[in-house]
Amino acid sequence: MTAQQDWQPTASINTLKRRAQLLADIRRFFAGRDVLEVETPILSQAAPTATYLDSFTTAYQPPGSNAISYYLQTSPEFPMKRLLAAGSGDIYQIARVFRNGELGRLHNPEFTMLEWYRPALDYSGLMQEVDDLLQQVGAMPAALRISYHQAFQQYLELDIEQRDVQTLKQTALSLISGLPADWQTDYDGWLEMLMSEVIEPRLSQLKKPVIVYDFPSSQAQLAKIHHNADGIPVAARFEVYAGGLELANGYDECLDAAELRSRFEADNEQRNQKGKPLMPIDDHLLAAIENGLPPCTGVALGLDRLMLLLVDKPSLDDVLSFGFERG
Amino acid sequence: MASYSTNEFKSGLKFMLDGDPCSIIENEFVKPGKGQAFNRVKFRNLKTGRVNERTFKSGDTVESADVIETDLEYSYNDSEFWYFMDPNTFEQYAADANAIAESKDWLKEQYTYTVTLWDGSPLLVSPPNFVNLAVVETDPGVRGDTSSGGGKPATLETGAVVRVPLFIEIGEVLKVDTRTASYVERAKD
Repeated sequence: MTAQQDWQPTASINTLKRRAQLLADIRRFFAGRDVLEVETPILSQAAPTATYLDSFTTAYQPPGSNAISYYLQTSPEFPMKRLLAAGSGDIYQIARVFRNGELGRLHNPEFTMLEWYRPALDYSGLMQEVDDLLQQVGAMPAALRISYHQAFQQYLELDIEQRDVQTLKQTALSLISGLPADWQTDYDGWLEMLMSEVIEPRLSQLKKPVIVYDFPSSQAQLAKIHHNADGIPVAARFEVYAGGLELANGYDECLDAAELRSRFEADNEQRNQKGKPLMPIDDHLLAAIENGLPPCTGVALGLDRLMLLLVDKPSLDDVLSFGFERG
Repeated sequence: MASYSTNEFKSGLKFMLDGDPCSIIENEFVKPGKGQAFNRVKFRNLKTGRVNERTFKSGDTVESADVIETDLEYSYNDSEFWYFMDPNTFEQYAADANAIAESKDWLKEQYTYTVTLWDGSPLLVSPPNFVNLAVVETDPGVRGDTSSGGGKPATLETGAVVRVPLFIEIGEVLKVDTRTASYVERAKD
């Protein structure tokens, strides 16, 4: 492609008009619920530690002295939690976020995240709010809820509490065409593989959004650990799938700074083992949480993917004014 | 030998898998939840023609396959091989029965075919979408018969048999669509 051919937008002007309408609809939705719109810095001196989340790096150059490393946010989560700790109350943000190395039909290294935090809502209340939002701004049918454990039980007849890596592996190899027999991964890796390649496609056949909740405690990220009805400790984390897409990820937020610090350090240890750069832990965030993060729930939703569902297009390029390769 | 990382995968890329040259049909980058990314790849094995899937960890590399497509002229065949010539260099290439399987019914001397070469040997010979071929055998023509749904078989000079309208006679040259093995029209000279 030459500049002569690829100067043009990847989305049609009509799609961009629909996109503007979606942004307006979302702002109206939150205004009606008294949730405050905020903006936070895109550049940060700290970065998330999650093993498979890679930040873009840049540097601030003060004239006449050494450059200072900065990271482009992968989500506005940390500064928004600092606002919560400072007493902001319910807040939302429509933020441009950046993830290195993620490029494909359903991934653009920079994309738009709708992220919101609700001290006023509990775990179940937030799931209901995501459902309401999708119905109101996306004209979707009401969502179905299923726990992570139930999903594996129902679709694969697997009890994931057995933590039997061999059985998970055999199931994956027998159901996923093209998966090489020597594929190496761990317990969580097999669960993720089965979820994305076997369960998600079946969920999409239900023709309605599906909220999968109570993730394995090993995939808690920044969620609280609580006990489910069977007394099993699980992560108070949910994901929303719609139209074959992973659309949103929500937590009942972990309020324990020491617990979070040890998770961040464990992440960095994993990074170290995989030869990936260690990330500077966000001490501002941990200080804010120590100071008192109010009990709250929070969720991040990929707006570009929601747009794909609204205009029924196959690729993010179709809903971005300019896809990554034309940036 | 050059290699490709998964981030270079795109449709049409030629690579080696389990000793066979393959061509990518579709490449999907997948990143489940917060987990490790992988690439789900649909490809054609260029030796067998079969379409398969394979999952690669993102960042894995594969060896490139020395596969090129070139236009060659069909010359002749002996009992074992079908010979093609590069009209610029006059270099000759021998294709075996496997390679010409898709084109067998449409091979005519001096016609140009798209030949896929792997390490310099013909792997696949693809016919042009349309060829002009003479009728060597068919029932006598019936003039004035325009009844719909009619037609009759005609054998062409390459041995291919296609259905033609009743008015076509032996010796006429027809334009044929090789993708559907069907008559298009009488060839215009």
